[in-house]
Amino acid sequence: MEITEILVRYGELSTKGKNRKFFIKKLHRNVRLKLESFSKLKIAANRDRLHITLNGEDADAVMSRLRDIFGVSSFSPVVRVDKSIEEAKQAVVHLIKENFKDNMTFRINTKRADHDFEYDTNDLNRILGTVVEESIQPLSVRMKNPDLDVRVEVRLDGIFISVETLDGAGGLPVGTAGKGMLMMSGGIDSPVAGYLSLKRGMEIEAVHFHSPPYTSPQALQKAKDLTSKLAKYTGDITFIEVPFTEIQEAIKKHIPEDYSMTITRRMMLRLTDKIRGKRNGLAIMNGESLGQVASQTLESMLAINEVTATPILRPLISMDKNDIISIARDIDTFDLAIQPYEDCCTVFAPSKPKTKPKLKKVKEMEGSLDIDALITNALSGLRIESITQDDNSENLSEETYESLF
Amino acid sequence: MIYFDNSATTEIDESVLDSYLHVSRKHYGNPSSLHAFGEETANLLKQSRKQIASLLQVDEEEIFFTSGGTEGDNWAIKGTAIEKDTFGKHIISTTIEHPAVTKSLEQLEMTGWEVTYLSVDEDGQISLDDLKKAIRKDTVLVSIMAVNNEMGSLQPLDEIGDLLKAYPSIHFHVDAVQAIGKIDLSLAESRIDIAVFSGHKFHAPKGTGFIYLKKGRQLAPLMSGGGQESGKRSGTENVPGIVAMAKALRLLLEESTDKQAVVRSLKDELTSYLSGFNKVTVFTPAASAPHILCFGVRAIRGEIIVHALEKKGIIVSTTSACSSKRKTKASTVMDMGYSKNEAESAVRISLSHVNTLEEVHQFKAAFDDIYNQLKEIE
Repeated sequence: MEITEILVRYGELSTKGKNRKFFIKKLHRNVRLKLESFSKLKIAANRDRLHITLNGEDADAVMSRLRDIFGVSSFSPVVRVDKSIEEAKQAVVHLIKENFKDNMTFRINTKRADHDFEYDTNDLNRILGTVVEESIQPLSVRMKNPDLDVRVEVRLDGIFISVETLDGAGGLPVGTAGKGMLMMSGGIDSPVAGYLSLKRGMEIEAVHFHSPPYTSPQALQKAKDLTSKLAKYTGDITFIEVPFTEIQEAIKKHIPEDYSMTITRRMMLRLTDKIRGKRNGLAIMNGESLGQVASQTLESMLAINEVTATPILRPLISMDKNDIISIARDIDTFDLAIQPYEDCCTVFAPSKPKTKPKLKKVKEMEGSLDIDALITNALSGLRIESITQDDNSENLSEETYESLF
Repeated sequence: MIYFDNSATTEIDESVLDSYLHVSRKHYGNPSSLHAFGEETANLLKQSRKQIASLLQVDEEEIFFTSGGTEGDNWAIKGTAIEKDTFGKHIISTTIEHPAVTKSLEQLEMTGWEVTYLSVDEDGQISLDDLKKAIRKDTVLVSIMAVNNEMGSLQPLDEIGDLLKAYPSIHFHVDAVQAIGKIDLSLAESRIDIAVFSGHKFHAPKGTGFIYLKKGRQLAPLMSGGGQESGKRSGTENVPGIVAMAKALRLLLEESTDKQAVVRSLKDELTSYLSGFNKVTVFTPAASAPHILCFGVRAIRGEIIVHALEKKGIIVSTTSACSSKRKTKASTVMDMGYSKNEAESAVRISLSHVNTLEEVHQFKAAFDDIYNQLKEIE
């Protein structure tokens, strides 16, 4: 029995009132882009569902990609049989057997678009229900919340049957919530913050601070590889590399050690905000979780955040480390993130950073830095590239060395 | 030269050798190094592991590189012994294993381990009943080869696996050195915990090999040191050899059903040819791996045939290369119920997919001559 189409249900979209059309259009577009490589697919969006007709494309491969698209609440593989009651009976019994659990409940839910078909919906419900009860036991019919909802649709070109409902990624279609800049360090947290931002419909651009030779080319590559993991959910992500060596050296030279972390973060935030302004972003996201490290106390946040009025979104603020790790594992960023390359947050890390920095002192100390010049220099050296799911070091090396294998 | 001794070792594939040389020349960095040059080599290592895992349809974390079959067997047995000696000191194996297995077991026996050796029937197979009876509360390892290196006989691995499912704590080790590319192992679905492979048996360089270790199974390292191979097998990785082996495995397993069929048809041709002589006994059972054919000419010692063929440019061997110079009895032949005289007549032809029907015809012509000559001196 071959899966001929996939039925996709929208998530929260249904509640979005007037914006509904916009959301559906975005989702339709995201689905189309994600499934671009399957040339034979036909995708049609209507008010409450998306119909994907496979035309011979591999159903499992298509469904595995659908799992990564935000805004999809669930989807169902659909089997088509010829318009004969015997075929429908066989198919329904077969599909239930495949999903059978002892003492399960089921219902047959028939719709008839072809009103010339010899049986009406009540007949069909009864006939198919009976044959299931006769050929499979133990199970019983239940109309409300059955374990298995067998949907049968009689259309002009056949009978379409589905029993399975698979969870989609949830959330909102990427691009429906505007754009924000993700501060991407290369640790466990920032990719998770990026993932959660994407999930709520944001488009993201990754900003990474690079301090050669204090940070290694591998650390930069790691940040790019992490970005590539996130690109799976959106197609491609702009990656912005900010040269940070000069600033770190100036801070090391002029700022007392216990305040260097606070001022480093302020510089990063200033730069990210400038880049955001230039690139029409609406917010800044980072992977801060309250109290996790010295820079993530409320006192630190207050002192650091003071450089901008732009909304700073902290998707992980209330999450425990274990919960963050569990998401990182799900989105396959954990193993990458724990590779031991120094990033610019650790390279000049003071042994005892202030957990309660005083804003007044911070401002006094910053007096010894030529902030405007440092910022201008850094901004003049930005390197901007677009990263897709396939742009990771693993793939790169695979291409380079292909002939060896 | 016609090379029919592929179970001893194989000719390295030309393109595999190219990869070996290229990596040796250009990517000599140490994969554990911090710099990007070493990182490149680490990538090659990773890619090799990935390729081998995907060819065998197992996880990357289940593949560990070794120096070959002997190391793999030693590791599987002694590593299990070290790992599990608080749970029991009993091992079950067979009388027809490769010396890498039997000598490892003998070493353990000297330190207080008990080993039950199962005998084989005329098809070279152990009996499941015997195995079941041999299992004790303190059995920690069952070590049984997939394809016998002298006879090509097969073991009922699936049935053994089914039986062992009732004993989840026993390690099931399979020496698969002669099996790779010749029979389907389906490691992931099987009950096999440890499978041992050797590169030079499939046209890769010597000194290469790997083991499959099922996820969740523990094996104590024999090589302690710098923590390579997830701490399980220390020693700077032989990256050129490993890359070359990954390539050789791909070349072996691509269209492997076709290759198996070709090899099998050559062997069938040889079998029916040899069966036509009334003084020839074919020892290899009908149900056997496609590439090994063991036979003997009555009252003629195997080495006489080996040398006679060698003179005509055809390379075969007596039994396994590992024991053939030591003049031990052809043990597997005797274990299968043949006499000492018959066992001493054993000659092994072992084929590879690079052999051709033309070579088989040349072998026949040469053997015709030799047979007639030997008939006269009798």
